[in-house]
Amino acid sequence: MSKANNKNVLFKAIGITALMTVFAFAMVPLYNVFCEITGINGKVVVSEALYDEVETDTNRTVTIEFITSINRGMPWEFKSTINKIDVHPGELKEVMFYARNYSQKTITGQAVPSVAPGQASFYLNKTECFCFDQQTLKPGEEIKMPMKFYIDPELPEHLHTVTMSYVLFNATSKGSDSVAAN
Amino acid sequence: MAHDHHPTGLSRWLFTTNHKDIGTMYLWFSFIMFLIGGLMALGIRLELFQPGLQFWDPNFFNTLTTMHGLIMVFGAVMPAFVGLANWLIPMQIGAPDMALPRMNNWSFWILPFAFGLLLSSLFMEGGAPNFGWTFYAPLSTKFGPPSTDFFIFGVHLMGISSIMGAINVIVTVFNMRAPGMTLMKMPMFVWTWVITAFLLIMVMPVLAGAVTMMLTDRHFGTSFFDAAGGGDPVMFQHIFWFFGHPEVYIMILPAFGIASHIIPAFSRKPLFGYSSMVYATASIAFLSFIVWAHHMFTVGMPVAGELYFMIATMIIAVPTGVKIFNWVATMWRGSLTFETPMLFALAFVVLFTLGGVSGVMLAMTPVDKQYHDTYFVVAHFHYVLFPGAIFGTIAAVYYWLPKWTGNMYSEFWGKIHFWFSIIAVNLTFFPMHFSGLAGMQRRVPDYNMMFEGFNQMSSIGAFMLGFGQIIFLGVLIHCIKGGKGKATDKVWEGAEGLEFTHLPSPAPYHSFEQSPEVK
Repeated sequence: MSKANNKNVLFKAIGITALMTVFAFAMVPLYNVFCEITGINGKVVVSEALYDEVETDTNRTVTIEFITSINRGMPWEFKSTINKIDVHPGELKEVMFYARNYSQKTITGQAVPSVAPGQASFYLNKTECFCFDQQTLKPGEEIKMPMKFYIDPELPEHLHTVTMSYVLFNATSKGSDSVAAN
Repeated sequence: MAHDHHPTGLSRWLFTTNHKDIGTMYLWFSFIMFLIGGLMALGIRLELFQPGLQFWDPNFFNTLTTMHGLIMVFGAVMPAFVGLANWLIPMQIGAPDMALPRMNNWSFWILPFAFGLLLSSLFMEGGAPNFGWTFYAPLSTKFGPPSTDFFIFGVHLMGISSIMGAINVIVTVFNMRAPGMTLMKMPMFVWTWVITAFLLIMVMPVLAGAVTMMLTDRHFGTSFFDAAGGGDPVMFQHIFWFFGHPEVYIMILPAFGIASHIIPAFSRKPLFGYSSMVYATASIAFLSFIVWAHHMFTVGMPVAGELYFMIATMIIAVPTGVKIFNWVATMWRGSLTFETPMLFALAFVVLFTLGGVSGVMLAMTPVDKQYHDTYFVVAHFHYVLFPGAIFGTIAAVYYWLPKWTGNMYSEFWGKIHFWFSIIAVNLTFFPMHFSGLAGMQRRVPDYNMMFEGFNQMSSIGAFMLGFGQIIFLGVLIHCIKGGKGKATDKVWEGAEGLEFTHLPSPAPYHSFEQSPEVK
């Protein structure tokens, strides 16, 4: 009943509130870590892998499919030069992607990769990818961009098709995308 | 009482620290919001009476669905429960007032400003928020109208208000109970509210975090939910529903408490299985934190995730079932009478169970892929919110109104209100199950011809339901002005609890300055 008791409980309750506020923001890094560890969400590690003479498993063939799409407000043409390719696990392959800026402005693009099924993201290694950095194209300019990858021979047996998806975003100046869309 | 002096007129209400005054203000505020949100619902039903576009342009229709949801959740249901907590908790635990009376005043007076901000967006260029009450990114971040920022600050304010209200309940319940009232002797309403208060202080900060991230994404160049900058829009849904699922229990647990008072009173038997009720409430609250992704089965989760969230969600049916069986067992062989509060409480038990059953259906991942974002979902959550949360609140008002005002309300008009509401609520929401199963989507102003019959039933029901609440307003005003004569101190033959056994009707402005003895 005393005032001191009230303060005690009050501060504990405020403490819980403060902790949960911190937790709300901590969910952002936790979410990414969780997705990376479990491979949920098809999130791929956006960093270079090294290719040092991985043994090629010629008895096995995996089909790799490529999907490209343009986010709203991105006046570019963007596609892969091939739709799919058969590879042996462990074999290093290069695929070219094509992009063209058909607008009247200089625009910077950022491709965001994703892999389906999510489980395959552990076994997909890229030694080179245009998605590792941004591209800036002048009006009408076009570009061919390489992506080099190999599939880890440890890829689980039941996976025979892996789809790699790239969504191209307008990264010119964040926040003005909706203006560009009009 | 001789020392019963307090400011009169407007300053009484502006500066009051009295739990009864503040409770009254909360209840009236929520009733006004209920009518405003209800008008918006009628706007929606008007447009949906016929296929094709008749009254609103699609953007304004989206605005109506968004504002209806926000106002009903944050403006009507939540403040109504805080109002009941203010009125009842001190009287039920034998305390003179809430533990932090000045904070209590503040937490109420923030609300008119919060909803002033939110409602003012209706008159702004670009219109009010139109992205649904769940405000999924990037719809609300990149494509939201300029008024979205008013919505964000409105949510911040109402969050602060709810957190302060919840902290007040926690401190009051832990420190101000009458001597002898141990935790396991507390009335069920107090128990359910203290658990609700813990849910509130744990999830309202998460909601505040989510809208803050939205704000910085919109204006300060961050990319929490923007894939181009390395963020993830699906993460928004995870954060939102981590708040959102406990939130739906915030809106129902106090109603569980209310039913646990009214059903024993009119069955003239003590509540069956008191301690199992307490543990069931606590386990529902715990489970609410670990099931959030059942709102997101269609985002593309791995099968393991879908299985986990499906099973965890279905487990909630167990403690909920315990409560429902306890209420039924309380009535078993009781000498029942059916006054208005009991009628509403019974409708609560039956129709809430119906909403729970459609909830179990929605929990099943494979079928949810068909039900997702259809009117089946709308039917489900309106069955748990209208006959659940709102009937619960109405039942509480009828049950305690004679204690608050000292006057009996008109039983005849109360019953008219009940029968009108129960017919209208089913006419409005039951057909939505069928149109949803047949594939009618939510939040779309136009629909296929084949759904016309179901939608016309819903629209007629909705206007009846709206009209029925005007009867309620009439009953309330009549009762406050004198009603059907004086109520006795005990009010109801089977009423239990300190507020009925130890206080006169109306409850005096200051009650329990001397703590009662609880045995």
